[in-house]
Amino acid sequence: MWAIDTPAFIPLFLVSVLALFTKGNLRGAILLGVIALSGIHLWNVPAGTSVSLSFLGYELTPYKVDKLSLMFGYIFHIAALIGVIYSLHVKDTMQQVAAPLYAGSALGAIFAGDLLTLFVFWELLAITSVFLIWARRTERAYQAGIRYLIVQVMSGVILLGGLIIYYGKTGSLDFGYIGLDGIGSWCIFLAFGIKACFPLLHNWATDSYPEATPTGTVFLSAFTTKVAVYALARSFPGTELLVFIGAAMTCFPIFFAVIENDLRRVLAYSMINQIGFMICGIGIGTALAVNGAVSHAFNDIIFKGLLFMSMGAVLHVTGRINGSDLGGLYKSMPKTAMLCIVGAASISAFPLFSGFVSKSMVMSAALEEGYHWVWLMLLFASAGVFHHAGIKIPYFAFFAHDSGLRVSEPPKNMLVAMTISAILCITIGVYPGWLYSLLPFDTGYNPYDATHVLAQTQILFFSALAFVWLNLRGLYPPELHSVNLDVDWIYRRFLPRTLKASFSWIWSQDAMLRSRVLEQLDNFYNYLARLHYPGSKASQVRPTGNMVMWVAVLLAVYMWLLLSFVN
Amino acid sequence: MATEKQHLFDNPKNVQRVLYLLYFCCTVLFILDFVIHRHLVHPWEGLLGFYAVYGFVSCVVLVLVAKWMRTFLMREESYYDRTELDPKEIDGGEHVGH
Repeated sequence: MWAIDTPAFIPLFLVSVLALFTKGNLRGAILLGVIALSGIHLWNVPAGTSVSLSFLGYELTPYKVDKLSLMFGYIFHIAALIGVIYSLHVKDTMQQVAAPLYAGSALGAIFAGDLLTLFVFWELLAITSVFLIWARRTERAYQAGIRYLIVQVMSGVILLGGLIIYYGKTGSLDFGYIGLDGIGSWCIFLAFGIKACFPLLHNWATDSYPEATPTGTVFLSAFTTKVAVYALARSFPGTELLVFIGAAMTCFPIFFAVIENDLRRVLAYSMINQIGFMICGIGIGTALAVNGAVSHAFNDIIFKGLLFMSMGAVLHVTGRINGSDLGGLYKSMPKTAMLCIVGAASISAFPLFSGFVSKSMVMSAALEEGYHWVWLMLLFASAGVFHHAGIKIPYFAFFAHDSGLRVSEPPKNMLVAMTISAILCITIGVYPGWLYSLLPFDTGYNPYDATHVLAQTQILFFSALAFVWLNLRGLYPPELHSVNLDVDWIYRRFLPRTLKASFSWIWSQDAMLRSRVLEQLDNFYNYLARLHYPGSKASQVRPTGNMVMWVAVLLAVYMWLLLSFVN
Repeated sequence: MATEKQHLFDNPKNVQRVLYLLYFCCTVLFILDFVIHRHLVHPWEGLLGFYAVYGFVSCVVLVLVAKWMRTFLMREESYYDRTELDPKEIDGGEHVGH
């Protein structure tokens, strides 16, 4: 039954069934064991393995392994393992079942060899992950989950439409290079773009991720967007439009991140910023750039997971997540604070941390390929990410003004999961060779030359200096209890209001029309009634003689007609 | 009230030390520009202290623009909740549920 070409999603789907019928430590052990075995199995699967079958006359390839998909397969296993360890203390069957199903769907999507299989897993990703949001069991989370589900399913529907048109045009369902050519491929591009948080399509992530459970967000941040990055890397490498979309994605979220109060929402904005670097690399499309994009996705899953875990730990033990309500937690959560700082250093791309060895590839590629303005934007975003994720997150949670909260460290399993991530961040940063050996291309790139290291260190230290200066001068915007408007305003406020207003106009018009008709009818009835009032026409009493005379007249007319037209 | 243990940054001197360390690092990094020869791709990279100045200015611009964005983007915390949630659900606080 078990063979080398058993698709990677099967063990995860199976283990979620087991999770449904088990409890407590046994459930944790089974989840960890099966995911670890599945990871070891995948490690032994050689690139080039594939499974084909015929379905309703279509040649489908539900499982296809190559170097690109293997890399995502490894990191998804690592992310699932870390996520499961992090959530071992959770006693919620809904989450424990949904999480491996969600991770399995992600694995199914990246190993899909054809677009139809991709579509199936694309929708499964949406349906399985929404439970991690609903598991928060608040009205707000429920609403956010509904909005999340609508956007995600819509992305799937657009993908389905696109692949049907694409198949009609090319006669192929192959999930390989597609390129922007024709309406079908544009639809597919848009569907990928929604899940990848393209500008204006990004809001589902910043809306829903902060509403999920502390452990749920860790899973959410790892899979959906990275599957989209993978899909873009597979189907649209070298599409120039992506360079500009990516550059925009690196820049606009950081402004929102600076003024956002909910620290997990800050991280969601920061996630879009990091995906921007990946999208940009895919758009540039050279071997170095795609390597940069893919390895940055790999690292981002780890360090963004670590940051979400540290904020999840804060939320778990304090019940608060707003920057304005936190501060001074380093006193009672020193370990979490240290681990958070490792994540912050990694996302900021400090030399010797994982972000540095992957982001610098995208930056170098942008510069070498002559995208100078894009390079300047990426540089701006690099400074910005340090500012909002590298400094703001640890500073407002663990330092800043003392909020007076005295708590304890989070459960051990949370600390273990964060420690594993932190070790990976540093290991990859110090020995990038292992990560580079997994990459789809061999470029012989070395991140640790004096030029890169000095440039990046200067950027970071002077960004820190700017933070200090702004703080000392009192120019830094304080954390405030607030909601910042984003694109979701359009569908949460503008559209409902507009629809409400237009419906109330229609109703008022309808009411007016009805009342007019009723008025006319009323008048008519009154008229009829008036006809029969005493003294009016219909109520006049006429003598019988009148009748006799009229009968005689009728008879006369009749006789005249009869006699005139006798034949 | 029981006196709490003095923590690392409760002492303003320690905060000042961290800041001095930062100023020192910045100065050293700026000086290294003169010492280390880098291979340039973009002409601006050759400008004196380009990365240092760009990093500093970027962050100041980022924060000031973001602060300005607050003037038209910021709403009270219950902005959406008032219309989307039952009135009894709105309690302002964050609660962990699991």
